Amino acid sequence: MNKRIETAYEARPKKWMFELAVAVVVVGLLIWSASGVETSGTTQNGGKIAMNILSGIFHPDTAMLFGFTTKGVPYLLLETVCIAFLGTIVGAIISIPLAFLSSVNLTGKVIAFIGRIIIMMIRTVPAFVYGLMFIRVTGPGAFAGLLTMSLCSVGMITKMYTEAIEDLDTRILESLDASGCTTWQKIRYGILPQLLPNFASTAIYRFDINLRDATVLGLVGAGGIGAPLIFAMNSYRWNEAGAILAGLIVLVLIVELISTQIRVKLTRG
Amino acid sequence: MSIYDKIFRPKTFTISNGKSVSQKRSRAPLAVVILLAMTILSVKITGFSMVVLTTRIKEFFVILGQMFPPKWDYMPSVWQPLFDTIKMSLLGSFIGSVLVVPFAMLASTNVIPSRVIVSLMRLFLSIVRTLPTLVTALIATYIFGLGTLAGTTAIAVFTFAYIGKILYEEIETVDMGAFEAMEAMGATKVRAFISAIVPQVLPSYLSNCLFCFEGNVRYASILGYVGAGGLGLILNEKIGWREYPSVGMILIALFVTVFIIETISRAARRHLV
Repeated sequence: MNKRIETAYEARPKKWMFELAVAVVVVGLLIWSASGVETSGTTQNGGKIAMNILSGIFHPDTAMLFGFTTKGVPYLLLETVCIAFLGTIVGAIISIPLAFLSSVNLTGKVIAFIGRIIIMMIRTVPAFVYGLMFIRVTGPGAFAGLLTMSLCSVGMITKMYTEAIEDLDTRILESLDASGCTTWQKIRYGILPQLLPNFASTAIYRFDINLRDATVLGLVGAGGIGAPLIFAMNSYRWNEAGAILAGLIVLVLIVELISTQIRVKLTRG
Repeated sequence: MSIYDKIFRPKTFTISNGKSVSQKRSRAPLAVVILLAMTILSVKITGFSMVVLTTRIKEFFVILGQMFPPKWDYMPSVWQPLFDTIKMSLLGSFIGSVLVVPFAMLASTNVIPSRVIVSLMRLFLSIVRTLPTLVTALIATYIFGLGTLAGTTAIAVFTFAYIGKILYEEIETVDMGAFEAMEAMGATKVRAFISAIVPQVLPSYLSNCLFCFEGNVRYASILGYVGAGGLGLILNEKIGWREYPSVGMILIALFVTVFIIETISRAARRHLV
């Protein structure tokens, strides 16, 4: 018995050549990338700066944190939520046709590949380049931020929508067909119930991410909480930055809690 | 949601054998009302207007039009920042995803029986996750000075937070039989974790790390905007000078790089899972 186990163990597939090759490649890549790390060297007082930042963040500017003016944190947060919300909705609407276009089971390999390339192109352009383009359209402000955010969400939303469409259970459609349903009835009772929970769940998930990424918009002056945050940090007003960050973190945590619950409900039906 | 059921009573059906069944009313109207209210509020606050969008959307393509044809001569000076970006995201992803393993272990309920430690760890991971990457990068540039080190740190922090959540969720779904057996034989928790749980989560962990790396290459190009090295640095500079053909060249280089990396990593992930 023991002999047989031993012989079986000896005869196990040996992939050490392959594993060694992968290890060598990975270690080589890491060494290569470590060579790129450089700094312009203000490290001597880095510790002091870090302490300043920390003390600022833990002593937030309370007047700003609880002030109900358009410059106070509550209003800025509301504006950010609105930008993220509408940005997600617009992004989701743009994504629907793109997702149907790039689903292999609907359009075939060639068109689906073209669709994927288009989505990759949209995804590659960094957010602040879009921000710049949209500011030409609408002028600086929340509207430009919203449009930027929607275009930035298209990539991920389309990918997940495409997966949902490719997972469609076509047997349901066949049975509806067999029982004599019209095309609209097939869409209403066969396709929508399969896709809607998935689509909604994806949109809510993306809303979470958008809320978190809203600071990027501040770079180009496209509204929301990003601009005041970046300004405060650039001029070393850590109390203000602390107030804004505290508000943002609490908001994101609350929204994440709510959205996780809604998504769990959606997936369980 | 039980209040909702009290206002809109569930529909009751009586089946032929005398039993009655109740069907809860659809939640859809409530969802639609909330969505509509949020949309109206958002339109008010952000100043969304379809008219502006339809009449002025051609302005969007002005800059895009100027980017093409791209300035091919500019390519030689793109290589260095491009490689910096790749190096930054590679090293950052590696550091972040390795550092997070013990934290993820401490945040999974099936490994650590103490609820206090688990919830503290989860709170810590959530807070790190809410920190915007741009803010981390900016703080890192103040501490480490301008350069790729700051970008690497920011990416490491982002990867840490992202992989952490996925990893502890993954750990909680593993088969605990082997772990319990090893503990019963007298192995320490860490030893049992390495021998019994790591082999189970390793394929999906590596796959997630690769996926995160793909995203990081793309994300790293933004970080240059705050001076954290890489492509963003020259991108920001060229946009500032309105040299849009050069911007087009940078974007094309980034696109091709991301495409190659995604193809390789997708193949590797298919091999893993």
